[in-house]
Amino acid sequence: MSAAIQVRGLEKSFKDLHVLRGVDFEVERGSIFALLGSNGAGKTTAIRILSTLLRADAGSAVVDGHDVAIHPDQVRAAISLTGQFAAVDDKLTGRENLVLVARLRHQPEAGRIADELLERFALTEAASRRVVTYSGGMRRRLDIAMSLIGAPSVIFLDEPTTGLDPEARNEVWATIEKLAEHGTTVLLTTQYLDEAEQLADRVAILHHGRTIVNGTLAELRALLPAATKEYVEKQPTLEEVFFALTGEKHEKEGQET
Amino acid sequence: MTTRFLRDTATLTGRSLTHILRSPDTIITTAIMPIAFLLLFVYVFGGAIDTGSGVGQGSYVTYLLPGILLITIASGISYTAYRLFLDLQGGIFERFQSMPIARSSVLWAHVVTSVVSILVSLVLVVGVALLMGFRSGAGVLEWLAVLGIVVLFTLALTWLAVIPGLTAKSVDGASAFSYPLIFLPFISSAFVPTSSMPGPVRVFAEYQPVTSIVNTIRALFAGAPVGPDIGVAMAWTVGVLVAAYAIAMVVYRRRIS
Repeated sequence: MSAAIQVRGLEKSFKDLHVLRGVDFEVERGSIFALLGSNGAGKTTAIRILSTLLRADAGSAVVDGHDVAIHPDQVRAAISLTGQFAAVDDKLTGRENLVLVARLRHQPEAGRIADELLERFALTEAASRRVVTYSGGMRRRLDIAMSLIGAPSVIFLDEPTTGLDPEARNEVWATIEKLAEHGTTVLLTTQYLDEAEQLADRVAILHHGRTIVNGTLAELRALLPAATKEYVEKQPTLEEVFFALTGEKHEKEGQET
Repeated sequence: MTTRFLRDTATLTGRSLTHILRSPDTIITTAIMPIAFLLLFVYVFGGAIDTGSGVGQGSYVTYLLPGILLITIASGISYTAYRLFLDLQGGIFERFQSMPIARSSVLWAHVVTSVVSILVSLVLVVGVALLMGFRSGAGVLEWLAVLGIVVLFTLALTWLAVIPGLTAKSVDGASAFSYPLIFLPFISSAFVPTSSMPGPVRVFAEYQPVTSIVNTIRALFAGAPVGPDIGVAMAWTVGVLVAAYAIAMVVYRRRIS
């Protein structure tokens, strides 16, 4: 079986700005692949090309067996995009957002699909509230829930945890892991090494528009300088302080509002 | 393909109509300025205005209403551009574009919503005019003809509004374009007969589209023969509609590719 995503020699420029200079990678079906890079490395541009929002200048990208430039319609039928900023409709309720996407994906029983997803993403209580009242984590969960409708075989997540607090981030991580367990291919971008480490089967590092490293975590570690021993007093991280103080790591968000 | 287009457009129109129902202020503000003009011209200036002995004689409100209807449409389309602009800014637009939906349904949903909301504003304006003494000898057929002209004119201006909605750089830019359109009726037969105007102004007034449309609606309201004006009115409206649609589609395709 061929790879879910095949990218070869992808290039893209905006006027004089060469955002992508040669991106190559493959993503196996049912795996989680992380595109790691700093701001401006070209992660979002790569995602936009793969999700048919942008045309590449050179190179090829094949998603679920369809070339994005030649058969964008087939690609769109196979994918789902969760962009960098939660793509939800503020003026509609959470349930209406889900029903809207279910209808646009021509699913029978849009209402039942919406209710199931609300349940699965712990949004049932907030279902009839307008999304404008949701917290950042709730918006992200709704956003990801909307991306699951129609069971796309490939899901793109562009910086899914940027701007979230640690608690909401852990929830999103758990959601992504569950997706891959069900056989969905996940391509995510991130600025954080620990996020890639936590989630991804394979990682590519994108730097100045080129994929400079591509491999499993073990392969990546082998490239790092050898470990050295240093004795330092370990300060708790803000995250550890946060969880120690709140002590409610698994409490559902939004219930206090 | 066609059924998919109709279905997706209906779904997305339902979405934007829900937005309007949740904040009906745009329908009311669209109607307020034309109603203010109606009051001002009938009760303040009207006594001094001699509308001559043509069609629509008798009460000034009856003479004035056709032009006021066109002003209502012109002020309504600034919201069309505004809503489209805001939609494009949010992430939801990119979500729609990465989904397997009919490509132009996003635009058509805005257009249908614009026509529906402007028709509601027009009903409000006609209601006020009736309270102010507007009377019409028009039968069902004439009213249907008026409705047809009004809908066609609304469609033409709505497609015109789509262009700044797609290209504007700021919210102000998206809605400011409609101001000249709102004032076009003042240099036409809408408020005073063109025969009372000095040479060059009169030439402009007689050859610009508003005069022929106003004269046609005025004749229909009076139950009088419409004459050649209806041909000129149709030519202008359909011409603007076709040109605006063509340009808007080119701009849209460029924007989404």
